[in-house]
Amino acid sequence: MRKLLEVENLVVHFETNGGLVEVLDDVNFTMHAGEILGLVGESGSGKSVSALAILGMIRRPGRILAGSIRFEGVDLLRLSEDEMSRYRGRGIAMISQSHRTALNPILSAGRQISRLFEIHEGCSRAVARRRALELLDLVGVADPAQRMQQYPHQLSGGMCQRVIIAMALAASPRLLIADEPTTGLDVSTAARILDLLGDLSKKTCTAILLITHDLGVVAQTCQRVAVMHAGQLVETAPIRELFRFPAHPYTQALVRAIPRIDIEVKLEPVPGTIPSLRHPPTGCRYQNRCPQVMEICRHDKPAQVAVGQDHQVACFAFGEHRDAAA
Amino acid sequence: MTPLLEVEGLRKSFALTGPRTWAARLRGERPAVRAVDGVSFAIAKGETLGLVGESGCGKSTVARCLLRVIEPTTGSIRFAGEEITALDGRQLCNTRRAMQMVYQDPTAALNPRLNVRSTIEEPLRLHFKMTPAERRERLSAVIAEVGLGADLVESYPHELSVGQRQRVNIARAIAAHPSLVVLDEPTSALDVSLRSRIILLLEALQKRLGLSFLFISHDIVSVKYLAHRIAVMYLGVVVEEADSASLFAAPRHPYTRALLSSVPVPDPDFRHERLVLNGEIPSPTKAYDGCRLRSRCPLAKAACAERVPRREVAPGHHVLCHFA
Repeated sequence: MRKLLEVENLVVHFETNGGLVEVLDDVNFTMHAGEILGLVGESGSGKSVSALAILGMIRRPGRILAGSIRFEGVDLLRLSEDEMSRYRGRGIAMISQSHRTALNPILSAGRQISRLFEIHEGCSRAVARRRALELLDLVGVADPAQRMQQYPHQLSGGMCQRVIIAMALAASPRLLIADEPTTGLDVSTAARILDLLGDLSKKTCTAILLITHDLGVVAQTCQRVAVMHAGQLVETAPIRELFRFPAHPYTQALVRAIPRIDIEVKLEPVPGTIPSLRHPPTGCRYQNRCPQVMEICRHDKPAQVAVGQDHQVACFAFGEHRDAAA
Repeated sequence: MTPLLEVEGLRKSFALTGPRTWAARLRGERPAVRAVDGVSFAIAKGETLGLVGESGCGKSTVARCLLRVIEPTTGSIRFAGEEITALDGRQLCNTRRAMQMVYQDPTAALNPRLNVRSTIEEPLRLHFKMTPAERRERLSAVIAEVGLGADLVESYPHELSVGQRQRVNIARAIAAHPSLVVLDEPTSALDVSLRSRIILLLEALQKRLGLSFLFISHDIVSVKYLAHRIAVMYLGVVVEEADSASLFAAPRHPYTRALLSSVPVPDPDFRHERLVLNGEIPSPTKAYDGCRLRSRCPLAKAACAERVPRREVAPGHHVLCHFA
């Protein structure tokens, strides 16, 4: 499969008054055209910052120290602001976390979408309006002509989210970043939004980077998963593999922490808390929460090793590291 | 045994005003949002009742009416055998000591200018005549109870993590020895691992202190872990009520089944038998004769337009549906 996005050795720091915060530490992952990749981790693990970095939206006091982000072979980090803005919307689009504040309250839903056609493609107002109507229909808005005239405060949360998805799709991006698209929505609305994202990805061949803290969401939507902890990528695996053989102790803990409706299990929260990224521990950042911590974890950073088909894990308990530790 | 809390026929409507309602008012109508339209339930001592439903179904309005934060339109609320809808002044204050609330947004619920100590001591100052030493003692007891570090008492909300803030909220709620705590979406703003932690904490607190909970949430999975009984609300009415085990084993109302079938399951091979409701929640301003779900329900028939009786389909399992 063609590689759409390659993130390599990405390091992002934030320089704050309280000192240097090492938000992303050597993050690597790739995405193929048309696939849905889940990016999972607790709050504060660097998921959203990764998304912002891909869009070239890390602003002061944040700084990208090292790494490359290649989108269709072009290193986005080497582009000027003008060149980058040509990729936003057309190449990569984003659905942000809060669906209320992502819409302009003084423009009607239809106008927010049709404007994009005027900006991106220079359409006339009438053509743009017609295309906005088609797009609302595509994202499953019933009676789109009437909805076009309504303002964000007249729409329900789920409806707002559909409008935002329509806006993100306006310029037919190849990659759609969905940052917690269902947080704050009811379960039934959330389920329908996730179904919609899955359908759209199939219909329009758009790749989706789905950022979430909920492995349940991932299981029903994604093809592959990348798990992040405290700014480090700890495991990537195809979806079935991840749930059947979670390798990293953090992934295992995350899987156990989900309240389940289908079976009776005891709740086991992930032990400990995310370490402060101001002075993160040297070595593996999961060391102080890990039940299987070894001496080597406290000094060296584990590299990604393959433990199965397309399944990588950064943990000393696997591969040749294990022999080195023994 | 009489239950700790008994709610009967609770209604709350909010009158609509403004230019759009002029025409209706000229016709002699009084347009209103019927947020809660006849809700009855009871909670025993040491029991958790889960109140589940989508946003806009009236769950939080029920909670607010119970605590008399807003005044119910009609209905009766008996707490510890006493009718509290008519209380005021000192008596109402005393009742509220015994009924506390934890809110959804742990950050917005805390005063940013009060540190943990002042936040938790506030209800103590309000409800008891305590010496500073007694207050300090109660403070450290409560803090230990919710699993906060004693070193955090001088911290301000912005210095705490979200999980710690929610613990402070819970500590404040239990500080004055309440017998009922209303939990309004206490886990919705938290990520998965924090959510399980707070659920475990609440469970432990209930066992140790013998508290009763009204647990309000749209997240039916969290409710499953805490609630002994569950009431499912839709558009201002309770459509199904049962003990937790039988509700999950055999949900009867189509709305309950739709809710359950949309919960994400962390197993890629699991496929729900999806029961999808069409469209969106209709406007709560209309008066309804028949079933409120009928415009969205895949099972709707002509009979659904008539008044729906509340039927007991199994011992303690009530459903508001002709066909369930």
